[in-house]
Amino acid sequence: MNEPALLSIADDELFLGWRESEWTGIAPMLEEDVAFSSIAQNEIGHARALYQLVVGEDGDADALAFDRPLEEYRCAPLVELHLLDWAHTIARRWLYETADEIRLAALKDSDDPAVAGLAAKIDREETYHRMHAEMWHDRLKDEPRFQEAVADLWPYALGMLPEEQRGELAVRTGQVFPSDNLSLGHERGAHTDDLAPMWEEMTEVRRSAPAGAQW
Amino acid sequence: MVAVGLQEAQVWELLEEIPDPEIPVVSLVDLGVIRSVDVQDGHVHIEFTPTFLGCPALEFMKRAIEEKVPGCDVTVIQDDSWSTDKITAAGREKLREAGFAPPAPRLVQLQSQVHKCPYCGSTDTHLENLFGPTPCRSLRYCDSCRQPFEQFKTI
Repeated sequence: MNEPALLSIADDELFLGWRESEWTGIAPMLEEDVAFSSIAQNEIGHARALYQLVVGEDGDADALAFDRPLEEYRCAPLVELHLLDWAHTIARRWLYETADEIRLAALKDSDDPAVAGLAAKIDREETYHRMHAEMWHDRLKDEPRFQEAVADLWPYALGMLPEEQRGELAVRTGQVFPSDNLSLGHERGAHTDDLAPMWEEMTEVRRSAPAGAQW
Repeated sequence: MVAVGLQEAQVWELLEEIPDPEIPVVSLVDLGVIRSVDVQDGHVHIEFTPTFLGCPALEFMKRAIEEKVPGCDVTVIQDDSWSTDKITAAGREKLREAGFAPPAPRLVQLQSQVHKCPYCGSTDTHLENLFGPTPCRSLRYCDSCRQPFEQFKTI
């Protein structure tokens, strides 16, 4: 398993986890406050496990998560977006989990047992994220506001997956793209303006104690 | 207490005394997160699997093991070897007595969506929220005894 592919997923989970945690305390209803907080905690836990796999058991996962120059992060633009609208937030959850299931299925088939084992463990937990996302999708799918949000984010969702997995995502989400161009997405590496402020906030405490803080 | 001379069975007994930090009625052994104990020439090596990867108690549990079994090595195994089916029968009963609905076995859960109230045993319950106070729990409500309860997720 190549390292960039694992880092891509780890970075997606870290930054999406951070974004989801932004609803803690201010979600439109208490149940979603709890749900988004819990999902955020899981996603960041998955990121930590993936970073640990990349650096090895004695390596420093935090350094990988927080100390890289911004341009080296491999997250998809979808997870960077600072969404303040509930329809877009739910549309991203649903698109993200659908795409994540496709790439986790591929990882579970990896020849590397450490990768396949971790992917299987992550996938068990993601089952509940998918149930949550599907519940919301069923509730909102006929609402024009939700449909518009899905259409807005669809090109970003494509950018989460390697080209060979994008057709499957289109089938599962009922979205379309021209069959002669699979590269319509907002691709990895092309960061949005929303990334830098998020990264600065996320790493502020760590950067304030470069020698390492004792907690 | 010194690690030298500990036998494998004694190590398991010590581990049985470590409570889960969030639900202290069950031990780490009850939870099934201790994957193996290996004693070689007086040196103890323990393999441990997280329940949920985002569990904030992970480091705490690891430290608790190291303190309980002095001088041991603890390896955290991030593979798919743990599921809620690894919670022991004794662990399930302790959870139920403490008011947590234990997770249904995976095969049962996949075939039925029956969830039993830990207080009155009724299956007349409904989901309030898939997510609860920790990643491993959902919130349900018993329509029979009108009691909200926490349901361990089956994973």
